[in-house]
Amino acid sequence: MTFIERMQAIDRRIIFGLIALAVIIPMLVHLVFVVRPSPIVQSIFDKIEALPEGSRVLISFDYGPATVPENQPMADAMTRHCMIKNHRLYIMAVWATGEAQANITIEDVIEGEFPGKVYGENYIQLGYKAGNQGLLNAIFTDLKGMYTTDASGADINSFPIMEGIAGLPDFDLILCIGSGKPGMKEWIQFAGDRGDIPVAGGVTAVEAPLLYPYYPRQLLGLMGGLQGAAEFEAALVIKYPDYRETSTTAVKNMGPQTVAHLVIIFFVIVGNIAFFVIRGREKRERSE
Amino acid sequence: MGLTDYIELWVGGLLTLMIFSFLYRDNPFYKFAEHLFVGVSAAYWMVVGFWTTLIPNMLGRIYPPSMGWFATNPEEAATLVAQSPSYLRLVPLILGIMMLTRLTPKASWMSRWPMAFIIGFAAGTNLTRYLQSDFIAQIRATLIPVIVVGESGFNFGGTLSNLVIVLGVLAALVYFFFSKEHKGWFGGTARAGIWVLMVAFGAAFGYTVMARISLLIGRMGFLGQWIGSVF
Repeated sequence: MTFIERMQAIDRRIIFGLIALAVIIPMLVHLVFVVRPSPIVQSIFDKIEALPEGSRVLISFDYGPATVPENQPMADAMTRHCMIKNHRLYIMAVWATGEAQANITIEDVIEGEFPGKVYGENYIQLGYKAGNQGLLNAIFTDLKGMYTTDASGADINSFPIMEGIAGLPDFDLILCIGSGKPGMKEWIQFAGDRGDIPVAGGVTAVEAPLLYPYYPRQLLGLMGGLQGAAEFEAALVIKYPDYRETSTTAVKNMGPQTVAHLVIIFFVIVGNIAFFVIRGREKRERSE
Repeated sequence: MGLTDYIELWVGGLLTLMIFSFLYRDNPFYKFAEHLFVGVSAAYWMVVGFWTTLIPNMLGRIYPPSMGWFATNPEEAATLVAQSPSYLRLVPLILGIMMLTRLTPKASWMSRWPMAFIIGFAAGTNLTRYLQSDFIAQIRATLIPVIVVGESGFNFGGTLSNLVIVLGVLAALVYFFFSKEHKGWFGGTARAGIWVLMVAFGAAFGYTVMARISLLIGRMGFLGQWIGSVF
């Protein structure tokens, strides 16, 4: 077997091992690259930044533990930004697993970094409700009809933050952190387009290409995967350098991500070169 | 770190290694972790469905006093019990029971009614939204000026971007037009459409790679935390 033929038949376990090293080594040496926000992510930051203090922002946690490395930094960064800007934050979940993820953000970001924020005045955890897009359809006109209590079971009308809220059109911005269906697409279809409400947020990288066609007319901005999360964190740190320590989870993970990509690109190039060389050789042999 | 966190970390760490072992070859450890995941997932969704749908949306609405038995705190119990009963919820209850008749061949015909209701509801709800958001709005998003002139004059980047969108959409649509043979200029445009699709697939593949590597980074971080707790 020639060298070129060997390159086309590399044992997959060698590739797995090299990918593992490409991830582990940059993590150990804390390799960090400079991340700059792209316009599609910057527009989310600018919108949250431009909203007047006390604006109503709905954030929906539509993901589960499986996509935490991608989605949690997005959720934490956007929640942090809303708290910095003193917006009123309404937290909910269309995914059953989303409520637990929202609780992590509440504990780590809101309670951890903004202890002065009062539950029921500055933010509220509405929790998960079943129904998928049917739920979005229902809360568009009657949110309190579906959410009679908050996530802990207290009467929804007992919270000052809920005053003046009838349905989704009463919110100034809807943020979705999604990883599938129902998720961002359903928020665009059943809330944003229907009520002309600004919708933005972040999704897993697998889902991102399916959502780019909605930008910029139907979707205000989009964070695609870890890169999108890192760009939002970068935008936040540029404006608020005090949060450099807490708001760089995704930025730090982009180091191993970049090295792993380089390894994959290397193997794609090597595989293609080997393929074309072997094909050319076979053609020549046939013509002879 | 408490004992519970410590146990959680060890169980998570060991199960992660069991799943990773498949990368070498299939083995009993991987099989065990896989079956455990399937079993736990099924049980989890059953419990979630019971507590978030059946109890609050059905039992709690038909007979609110029953919520006093399930509420986790007195305040929640008082709120839920005070709700007025909604006997209309008996309709979905009956439809739900009818759905279960699929389990007995003789009575399975009854399940067609709730099935028809579900299909009708889903089609009715989704049709208008898809038509609005994925058809009309997307056509509107493609109707853009091919020559962009900004405040400072001709915008080359914007013009190029809009041209790529308009021509790319047209070429891809031509590729899916099968009523005319793909020959001549039409065939050339269809071929350009294939290139547009290939670029889109390539971008999607790149994003998929990024997603998988992100998950790997997350797991590696967790394993690092686990190993760090040992030493």
